[in-house]
Parts: sequence; C-alpha cells; structure tokens
Amino acid sequence: MGDNQLNASRRDALKTMFRGAGVLGLGGMAWGGVVDGLKASELALRPPGALAEKSFIKACVRCGSCVEACPYDALILATVDDHTAIGTPFFVPRETPCYMCTDVPCVPICPSGALDSELLKPSDPTEVSKEMDINTARMGVAVIDEEACLAFWGIQCDACYRACPLMGKAITLDFRRNDRTGKHALLEPHINRTACTGCGLCEHACVTEKPAVFVLPKELASGKVGNHYIKGWDKRDEKRLHELKEEQKKGSQSAEDYLNDLEDLIDE
Amino acid sequence: MEGKSMSINRRDFVKNTAVAAAATAIGMSVPKNLMASPSERSEGGWRWDKSVCRFCGTGCGIMVATKDEKIVAVKGDPAAPVNRGLNCIKGYFNAKILYGADRLKQPLMRVDEAGNFSKTGKFKPISWKQAYDEMEKQMKKSFREKGPTGIGIFGSGQYTVQEGYAMAKLIKAGFRSNNIDPNARHCMASAVGAFIQTFGIDEPSGCYDDIELTDTVVTWGANMAEMHPILWSRVTDRKLSNAEKVKIINLSTFTNRCSDLADVDIIFKPNTDLAIWNYIAREIVYNNPEVIDQEFVDKYTEFVTGFVDTGYGMRKPDHPSFTDKERETVKKEVSKKVSKDEAVALAYLGYKEGDTLEMKHAGAAKKHWVIAFSEFKKALEPYTLNYVAKMSKGNPDEDLSSYKVKLKLLASMYVEKNRKVVSFWTMGMNQHTRGVWVNEQAYMVHLLLGKQAKPGNGAFSLTGQPSACGTAREVGTFSHRLPADMLAANPKHRAISEKIWKLPEKTLNPKPGAHIMKIFRDMEDGKITFAWVNVCNPFMCTANANHWLKMARKMDNFIVVSDSYPGVSAKVADLVLPVAMIYEKWGAYGNAERRTQHWKQQVLPVGNAMPDLWQYIEISKRFKLSEVWGAQTIPGLEGGLPDVLDKAKAMGYSPDDTLFDVLFANEEAKSYAWPDPIGEGFDNTEAEGDKRQVLGIDDKPWEGYGFFMQKYLWEEYRKFGEGHAHDYADFDTYHKVRGLKWPVVDGKETQWRFNSKYDPYARKADVGEFAFYGKALKSLPQGGLKGPDASKGKKDLSNKAKIFFRPYMDPPEMPDMEYPLWLSTGRVLEHWHSGTMTMRVPELYRAVPEALCYMHPSDAEKYKVSQGDLIWIDSRRGKVKAHVETRGRNRPPKGLIYVPWFDEKVLINKVCLDATDPISKQTDFKKCAVKIYKA
Repeated sequence: MGDNQLNASRRDALKTMFRGAGVLGLGGMAWGGVVDGLKASELALRPPGALAEKSFIKACVRCGSCVEACPYDALILATVDDHTAIGTPFFVPRETPCYMCTDVPCVPICPSGALDSELLKPSDPTEVSKEMDINTARMGVAVIDEEACLAFWGIQCDACYRACPLMGKAITLDFRRNDRTGKHALLEPHINRTACTGCGLCEHACVTEKPAVFVLPKELASGKVGNHYIKGWDKRDEKRLHELKEEQKKGSQSAEDYLNDLEDLIDE
Repeated sequence: MEGKSMSINRRDFVKNTAVAAAATAIGMSVPKNLMASPSERSEGGWRWDKSVCRFCGTGCGIMVATKDEKIVAVKGDPAAPVNRGLNCIKGYFNAKILYGADRLKQPLMRVDEAGNFSKTGKFKPISWKQAYDEMEKQMKKSFREKGPTGIGIFGSGQYTVQEGYAMAKLIKAGFRSNNIDPNARHCMASAVGAFIQTFGIDEPSGCYDDIELTDTVVTWGANMAEMHPILWSRVTDRKLSNAEKVKIINLSTFTNRCSDLADVDIIFKPNTDLAIWNYIAREIVYNNPEVIDQEFVDKYTEFVTGFVDTGYGMRKPDHPSFTDKERETVKKEVSKKVSKDEAVALAYLGYKEGDTLEMKHAGAAKKHWVIAFSEFKKALEPYTLNYVAKMSKGNPDEDLSSYKVKLKLLASMYVEKNRKVVSFWTMGMNQHTRGVWVNEQAYMVHLLLGKQAKPGNGAFSLTGQPSACGTAREVGTFSHRLPADMLAANPKHRAISEKIWKLPEKTLNPKPGAHIMKIFRDMEDGKITFAWVNVCNPFMCTANANHWLKMARKMDNFIVVSDSYPGVSAKVADLVLPVAMIYEKWGAYGNAERRTQHWKQQVLPVGNAMPDLWQYIEISKRFKLSEVWGAQTIPGLEGGLPDVLDKAKAMGYSPDDTLFDVLFANEEAKSYAWPDPIGEGFDNTEAEGDKRQVLGIDDKPWEGYGFFMQKYLWEEYRKFGEGHAHDYADFDTYHKVRGLKWPVVDGKETQWRFNSKYDPYARKADVGEFAFYGKALKSLPQGGLKGPDASKGKKDLSNKAKIFFRPYMDPPEMPDMEYPLWLSTGRVLEHWHSGTMTMRVPELYRAVPEALCYMHPSDAEKYKVSQGDLIWIDSRRGKVKAHVETRGRNRPPKGLIYVPWFDEKVLINKVCLDATDPISKQTDFKKCAVKIYKA
C-alpha cells in the first residue's frame, strides 16, 4: 500500500517533469547527451513489445504514456539515478513486476513505435484474431541461482512456479529424489527460456532475502553457439546458417614461418 | 533444451530420474552427528533445541536457535522422522512469525472517555487486572442470567495439548457447560464422525510410512502439494522410486498442483464424489466379486446403512434473521424436490424425480443399522459407469468417453489384486454436507478389498491443523466430548471423568453443548452472551460471516479474543488479550499420524503478553465453587444440573474454594515440582514467572504457580486414555524423542492400529489378524434399506468395522440461472489459515499479497471480466471484491471459481453458505452458488 502510494506520487512528479522535457525534446534537444551510457541501460527491463535496446532508446520519445497506462504502476521513468537513459520506461520486478495484462495497455498507446505491437503478435495460430498476445512478450529472461534456491535444498517452496503466469510452460518443476533423507523429493524449478516473458512475477514472489530467481535482459543472460555447428537432430536449427558470417581470421603466421622456427622446441 | 519437451514430458522425466536414482533405501539412517541430543549450545552462543513447526497437521520437527532471549533461526530437524530436516516455506519462516511490528503486547479494551468498558468505545491499553475485572464481571453476568450455557468458548486445533485440556476442564468441570467447540469443527468433524461410526474410535489406522510402502496414492479433495507439501514430497519420491509401478490419481473439482504429478487427473462436479465411490464399490461387487477379501469381510465387518432425509444442518427458514434470498436455499432444510440425478440414486427408497423429500430424520442423522450384503449390493446397482460418468464429469470441455476411461482406471487401481492403495483426503471430503457419508464410503471400498489397516494400504484422513488430532480430538475440546473419545452424554464416561478430575458425582453436564456454528447462532439469538476466542479467528473462518460480524458489534454481548496479532475476530471483540506464541511457552501438538511431540519454552513472551494457559487458569481464580456448583438450569435438560456443593464438602472442598484451587492447584498438581531436571536451563513463565515481572491479574508482579503446571496437566490428561487404546508416554519421555505415535504401550509406539501384528490392543482382543476394537456404537439394530426393524433385535459388532452404504445426494445450493457459478474456497501454500502470522512475514506477503479469484478464461470472457479486473463475488448471503486470475496454480473448469480465505481484505466467508453435515456439524466451504460482475 505504502509502496504504491510512493510510486504514484513519484510518478506524478515525473509526469510533470517529462511532459515539459518531452516538448523540449521535440524542439530539438539532443537526448543523447543526457543518456547515461548505453552499457548501463542494457540492464534495464523494458515494457512488453519494446524494440531491441539500441533501437528502443533511439525511438523512445520519453513521453511517459506507457507509464501512465500501466494499471499496476510497474513502469517507472528513469531519472538520473536509475542508470539508464533518462526518461525511458523500465520496471524493477522485485518491486513491481509486469502483471502481464491480457490487453497490454502500455503498448498501443506508444506514439513512437518504441513499443511495437507487431512484436506481440500471437504465436498461437488459433489466436490470430487477437491483436496482441502478452505471452509472446520478451522483456527479459529469468535466471535461477541454484545455490540460493531453497527448492534445490529440498525445501518445499516453488513459490516462483506458482507465481508464474505461464506455470508449467515458462517454469517447470523437475522432480529429483532426495538421497539424503531417502524419502522426500526435490521439486526443482527450471526456466524454459523459449517461453519466459521476463515479467518477473517469479522474482517478485521469491522468498529468499535476495531473490534466487531474477530477470535479466535476454541479451545479457544469453550465450551463443557458433553457426559452424548445427544440431543434427533438429531440422529447425539449420536456420542459423542464414546468419553465417565471414570465415574466422587467419593466423598471423604463415606455415613456412612456423615450420622454420625451431626456437624453444629442442632443449640444448 | 526445447521448450516443448520440458513441459509436456514432465512425467517422462520423472520416469528417467527414477531409473537413475533407482534404489535409495526407505529407512535411511540419520548420520550420528545429526542425531545429537535434542538440545545443545553452540560456540557462537546460540542454543539449539527441538520443537515443532507452528503450522499444519503434517507435524514437521524443527530445531530452534535462541540467542539473547530472541529466536534467531530455525532449521529442519534432521532427526525428525516426518521431515528429516526439510520444511516447506511456511516452516522455513517459523523464526520470523514472532516479531511482527503489530504484535499484541498489552490487553486492549473498548472503553469510554472515563476508561470504563463501553460496547461502542475504542480500544485502549489496560492492565491485566482491569481486563480480568471486566471479564469476571461480564462472565458472571452471563452465567447469572443464562446459566452455564450462556457462555461459549471458541476452541482450536492449534491449542497446545495442555491449553486445550485446561480449557476443557475449566468449562466442563468448572462452569459445567459443554459450550466449547474448536475451529477443528470446520476442518475435521466429518472425519471424526466417520471414524467413530465406522471403527468406534477416532483417528487413522495407518501412518505416514504408508507413503513409502504403497503402490498407489489417490487424493480425494486433498491438494497435498500445497497443503501438506512435505508429505507430497514423500509421495513424489515414492513415484520416482518406481514410476512404472507407482500410480498417482488426483480427484478434485479443479486442476491444482497435485495434477502435475498425477498419472490420472479426474475433475469431478462438486458433491459427486459420493457417486464415484459407489461406482468403485459397484465395480467390485458386481464386476469383480473375486477381489472382495471375503474372509476379512466376513470376520471383521458388518454392512450397515442410515437415513437420507436428514437435512443440511441449516436453521429453519422461519428464523427471523434470514433474508428472503437466504430462505431460497434454507427452505431445503425442511424439504426439497428430488432431482433427476437423485431420483436414480434414491430409487431404492421409492423416490422419483420431482417428488418431495421431507427431511423427517434431521434429528436422527447419526442413526444406522445392520443390513444384509444382498441389500447393500442392491443399493449399489444404479451406480453404473454411464450414470456416474455423466453426472460427475466436472469439466464441460472434457470428452465423456475419455472421462469414462479415467473412472475405469481409478476403479481398476483399487480392484487390482495385490496392488496396495492409500486414499488421502482433507477438506474436499470433510467440508461437505454429506461429509461423514463420503468418509464412510472411503472405508467401504478399502474394507471390501481388505486394504485397510495394513502397511501401505488404507483410507487415510489427513489433518489440517497442527494439533487438530492431538488437542481438539484427543483431548476432546468438542461440545459433545470428554477426553480420550469419551462422550458427555454417556453416564459412564462422565463418571470416569469426574473421578479423574476429583469432582463430586453429577457435576458434569450430560447435555451436549453448542458446536461452533451453533455458538454463533446462539449468540445471534441472544442465548450466549459471553464468548472467548482461543487460538483461532472464528469471525474470519466461519461461513455466512455477515450475520456474525453484525451480531458481535450490534448485540449486547461480551467477546474476548486471546491472540498474538490483531485480526478480524479481535476487531469485532470487546477485549483483546495478548498471548505468548508457540516458542514462548511449553507445549505439545499431535499430528495426523497420531504422533505426539512436545517442546520447551525457548524465549520469554514479548511485551506483557502471557501464555494462553495462564490466561485460562487465571480466570478460575475469580470463581468460587459456591458460584458455579449450585443447582443450574440448562435449556433442554429436565431438572437441570443438581447442586453438588454438599458432595463437594464431603470431599473436603469448601464452597469458598476457587475453581483454581480445585481444578489446577490441588495437591496432586503441586506434587509436580518446579524446578524439574527436564526443564533445566529453560524458562517456564507459568511455573516461576519471568524477569519481565509482568503485573498479573492482581496488579502484582507475576511470580509463577510454583509448580510444574504443564507436566501436571499432561500427566493427569494421560490417565484418561491409559488402558483404553489411547495410551501416551510420560512427560519426560517426549522431551527425549522426536514424537511417538499413540497408543504407546510398554514404551513402544504403534504404526498400524487394528492390526494384530503391530497393535497390542488388536492382539489383546484375540479375534484374529485384525480387531476393530473401538467401543462406540457397536450394538446396532437390524433392518433393511428403508429402515431398522425393531422385531429383529440388536446385533453386537464388537471388534468389527462397518461397511456403510450411502447414496448420492445433491448439495443444498447449486448453480442456477441467477447464481450460475460454483464457489469453492481453500488455502494456498504460502499462507496459514487466516494469515495473521504468515501475512506478517514480509517475504510470504510479497509472494502472495492477496487472495485472487481463480476462474476459467472462458468464464471471464462470458461474464465480461478480464485478467486482473476487480470483480464482485456475490451470493444470496453477501458479496466481496477480488481480482480475477485466469492463470496460475489453480485451473477451475468452466462453471467454477476458487477463492482462498487467508486474506481479510477478501472476506470470502461473507459469501459462503453455513450449511453443515447433519451428523458432524462441519460446514461445507467448498460449494455454494455465486454470480460475478465487474466492480
């Protein structure tokens, strides 16, 4: 309750501030100068339907409409202290996660296309009549610290699993026997990255002091496999070949140089 | 890994892991270093001592760390057989429940400007003396004006054994009233009813080891994954140990967390569990008669049945407090039209669809009589797969033929020769207007197959509260009971109790008192004018709450609430007394497998809070025998209660003795000295006071009773059960072990009752491999399906269990055009009961800050509401607002909504119907009809 009030009043203050700023911006003020460096901004979780971070920052006109539209006051406009481009919207799941409204009010209201409903097109063919499907949002991806996760200790928790709006899809439970007790099972949560929207309801619900499950921007939380190897068991994986880049750089030495250099090979 | 394989193949995964994890022994031993003594001091200066979890009926053992007189941490007790060091997330937060910012620390009373009690005043802090002065005045006023039945006690399944015992003794022996009834009435009464009716003695025959020993777990209206998480992890482990062989079947009216693990998930229509059990029995009797354990059935059972026209435990429709809307449902207490489904089920009594069923036997709901097997078989005839599948299919979107396959599979699991089966249930079967029947039906199936009271085989009623078994049931804090399953109405039982309690003959009141619903109803009728709420939150947990909330604030009565945190009941009370919480006092709980566990006081209570036990005992100092043991008028009891003061004098009591002198500080009590070696190094606020020097009810610093009150109460209490199959060990023993399952005979606990191999009482009966030796209701009339036949005489059923035939019947309120949805209520894992403790743990509050209304997305669309919307949930009795949830843990089928009750901002009991099982008087919180609309 107190928190909500705080957010609301904070939001009002910001609204006034940025309405003014927005006008200035349109009048030609160079926003780039105010941006607190792209590196930091990569940590911010953006509203559903946000363009990729660089494009998003370019496109966002800092009008605050999405923040205004969010019924849960989850979205915040960045200030100087927020380590991201000032005036851009973001959310902090531990405080208020994205509740994944089915009508996604924050997106259609965006005047600049920084939040793009095209990115929320229903993936389920039976739902194509719907303009947007919040389940296709990719705001980030949840990551579990298995050392700190109580479920991996054998505590019967799964608070994140039950909080997940895509329970059983984005978070699944794996059952494992508890060899120590000999008669209990561990019910371990796992994130399915292909289904996780990054809403952060899991992070919000997590009962550990610092959450053992937390949402990171997908780019930051992702590795990447080279395109030189394709899964032989998955036809769809071949599409990565389309992204094939130039051959790796050659070594600096020629073969002859290498062969002719015996230094350090044979001990005197 | 691909998303698809992860989500659909959870079960395959289970199989694989099971193979990999293969053979871990069931009875794995605990490492020696973890078995260390139950109490130890660490180098860091904190002390670890054994205790139990505050929350559910599972009864997990925990260790509590204290330092500088504060609880600093808990850990699961690795030596505890139930949980082996694990906990659920409620248990994980035991260390944090004591220190909420708004913990009650001082008595609070509604007072006027001058500081005197005023019904319309505001709460102000007062002294214990002021509190007890007013309480004494009000209690005496009620007693004078209305007699012993003018007072009512809301008891609890969360009382420690000693608290429940002391309060029962005070009320029954001291005030000669039976108006004490626990919140366990709302949760376990139907289970109790069926235990007594079937076996003649309360509580399960099996124990948790059944989980590791069975091949099949069937959950009937028990969301164990959320409500008994540690037991569910044992079920999961059993599944993993042999995924091919071990099967899990979940029966529920909505898809829940248990569905995840289940091989078969059966979603049935509310109340049709009655028909499903009969379908299984019909499959046995008609299609697989060879699987009947004929020797077992012949030797150890008898077939019985009872009346059906027994009403639904509601008041009569002409009661002035009802609205016309309420009367639409309540009129069924008098008569109802036989529905199409009921017509099939009740054809054996000659009823047809549209007939009027007059509730002629509402007063004889318990009555039952012996019938022949042929009659039993005849009555089961209508429960064909076709009839039962059509009427019970709960998900309109499910294909009937696939539903039938599931029912067949369910039956086949029970029927399969040599397949061990455990049926677990909790509130789904107990909170039911035919709750005793459906419990009896579980025994019907298990007894027919001889799959009862054997390791890995049995119908197993789980308990919700930490001491629903240990205190509410075993101590007998019910309005009709005395300790150890004895009954107030039975003259022999009263005589035994009077002897142990050293009371004059005929002190005890033979007339059963008001059960919890009736205490509320009697308060609304002005018959009870003083009430005391102990360790519960009845104004939040009782159905049709608008009546009771209004009664509390608008009528001339006095309500005392003893609690640790302010909740709804305290809000509508007149006097609020701050209590010590679990680890701030000595106590004992009894869990669902008959395991009794004791603990010591770990820390001093906060502020000026005092233990419940002290509060109950202190009031006894304010009553002299002359005030309570004279002749008393009892409504409905001819001649009333006799004056026993002369007999009391003959026993050496003086009329000026107080109830304290006689009941709690007698010579025997004082023989339990404090200090006692078992308590060395531990506080005992009741025995010796404590360094807080709290000013007591006489305004003097509290210095203790001077003797070991808790030990005295335990030792006196266990006399009731000794030699009567309710044996406990002595007080000191429980402080050395991790609990013992009663009956404890010759120092040994009992794993499976009624089985001569394991239960000394069954051996003693000497009638064979089994003996269902419970004594209650074992001499029965004989008759046919329609009724008893007096000419046939009575039959002796000693050492036998009963196989009941009970038909399907509709609940009294079902969805219709105006109220088109079923409402079911229940709990969530994160919160305990009314949330007074867990909603104050910041982490649990953040995890689940409010109660949501779970519904099917199509229903949301149909009623023009969407995910996250605030809606009204509206019944004939009241309405509340809640937010819509179409996703997540509970997935109701179309036509049903589910709302948990832990959240006082969503006081769902305003909406619920206070219909009860007519035998057990337990409310059905799982079914009523509602409409929803946008708020």
